[in-house]
Amino acid sequence: MTVAPMADVPDPTRPSPALSGSIQIENVTKVYQSRGQRTVGVENINLAIEPGEFVVLIGRSGCGKSTLLRTLAGLQPPTTGRIRINEKSLYQDDGRIVPRVIGDLGFVFQDANLLPWRSVWKNIALPLEVQKVPKEKRRLRAEQLAELAGLKEFLDHLPKALSGGMRQRVAIMRALAAEPSILLMDEPFSALDAITRDELNLALQDIWLRYRKTVVLVTHSITEAAFLADRIVLLSPHPGRVQRIIPVPFERPRPLSITKSVEFQALVSELRVELGE
Amino acid sequence: MTSSELSTEAVLDAERRRHSLLAIADRYLTWVTTPLLILAFIGLWKLYIVVFNVSPFMLPPPEAVGKSLLELMSQPFFWNYFRITVTEIVSGFAIAVVIGAVLGVLLGKLKLFERIASPFIVASQVTPKVALMPLFLLWMGFGMQSKIAMVVLLSFFPVMKSTILGVRSISPEQRDLFTVIQAPGWKRVWSLDIPAVLPYLLTGVETASVLAVTGAIVGEYLGGNEGLGAMVVMTLNAMRVDQMFATIVALACFGFIFYALIASIRKVAVPWHDSAQQP
Ligand SMILES: Nc1ncnc2c1ncn2[C@@H]1O[C@H](COP(=O)(O)OP(=O)(O)OP(=O)(O)O)[C@@H](O)[C@H]1O
Ligand SMILES: [Mg+2]
Repeated sequence: MTVAPMADVPDPTRPSPALSGSIQIENVTKVYQSRGQRTVGVENINLAIEPGEFVVLIGRSGCGKSTLLRTLAGLQPPTTGRIRINEKSLYQDDGRIVPRVIGDLGFVFQDANLLPWRSVWKNIALPLEVQKVPKEKRRLRAEQLAELAGLKEFLDHLPKALSGGMRQRVAIMRALAAEPSILLMDEPFSALDAITRDELNLALQDIWLRYRKTVVLVTHSITEAAFLADRIVLLSPHPGRVQRIIPVPFERPRPLSITKSVEFQALVSELRVELGE
Repeated sequence: MTSSELSTEAVLDAERRRHSLLAIADRYLTWVTTPLLILAFIGLWKLYIVVFNVSPFMLPPPEAVGKSLLELMSQPFFWNYFRITVTEIVSGFAIAVVIGAVLGVLLGKLKLFERIASPFIVASQVTPKVALMPLFLLWMGFGMQSKIAMVVLLSFFPVMKSTILGVRSISPEQRDLFTVIQAPGWKRVWSLDIPAVLPYLLTGVETASVLAVTGAIVGEYLGGNEGLGAMVVMTLNAMRVDQMFATIVALACFGFIFYALIASIRKVAVPWHDSAQQP
């Protein structure tokens, strides 16, 4: 199932002509200190992400993908180095986040992470409550987003009445609700079965094509990475560093059938080799 | 084709009707079974007395108990006692819920605080609490305060314990979510902490409502000349076993209603939680 046709949906999220959503990662190192144990999460990461770019982070377990993403999300400051969002520093010198800057981020968690006591629409509209958007507008916005996700009939359902795939759709819509220019996703589909995963990959591509958010997505799946990414960033483990950056040239929109093509398979094999599988 | 459609429709209809009948039956099941079981219990009680020729001083027959209960209920002093006992239960229970919830939040949030406080809280629970009643009488006299203190001591613990569990049930991801959307402190409390803790808190509150009744009665047994608990002792001393049973029945009825009221909060307060699904 792909997203609903766009003609009849008003489109308040279309980015302003000067596309925003750039990310600069400059010499970022994150070291964890816990009980005298020192673990390097990531080391010396340099990466510039363009507005509207779709970047996929891939690498072995423990190579620091989540660490990097959480640092981008304002959840933990880097030990050294700097992160800039739209040319502005994300963290102050004391490690606290600069409030206005992080307003530009949406985050999608691995297991949807919906609040079980909230109906679908109230989950989607949660970020708008913080921004003091009046209730009718929140509802309207939630309706638009739910329609986009093909969940219009479920607006007033509780999350427990949804399937895993539907829940993850709601989570994505929640991340989009406040109209961020950047969407960060940490293995958003890894808990789903292969078919649902394909569906959501397609849906995500559609949303991305329409809104041109900057997306940074973490995955374990090579196929998913090659299908979605403009650029694949390979991280090497211990310590987590950028091993290679691989551009993905395929045209958009990419149909699922592209995964069967020779070029795609060649890319997948290349990635396999790089990952040492 | 039309006929097959019709028959499908008919089958569906019958099915629907069957379901709604089942639903109604299911809904009112306990309205039938409960009175029947109570009647059966009273019947067995009577039968036992008749067959084994039990002395009314040991076990009065049900009709004598019923008669005493009606008699008592026509007397103002009974209602005065009732009011006293209920006041002790309800106010002690309310204090216990507040203390338990506040302590629970503090202990749940602050690991250090828990480590410091928990030996004392555990000590307050492993001490036979009833043994403290004479002390309360000494300090607070024979009025309601000493009984309220017993109610609080007996019933705050489950509230506290379940609140701690509730606070700990909030996952780091849920907290991260509120950080990412830059929710201010009040928003976290209102939209995350309170809804997440509520189903746990209610579990403790339900247990507390049962213990509160016990606390008040025990308090009155040991140190009272007023209240239904004291009346149980007095009627026993006067060898009015029928009145004693009547008082116990009155107490049981109140305890049941009190618990049912408290337990019914769950369906309203946390309809989303699995625990609210059970009938
Ligand atoms: N909170 C933490 N405290 C201490 N060490 C941590 C913490 N979080 C991550 N680490 C360590 O940092 C390294 C990178 O972890 P991270 O979770 O970023 O890896 P990952 O690439 O996301 O792995 P996975 O693919 O399994 O999710 C690991 O060695 C991990 O043990
Ligand atoms: Mg991870």
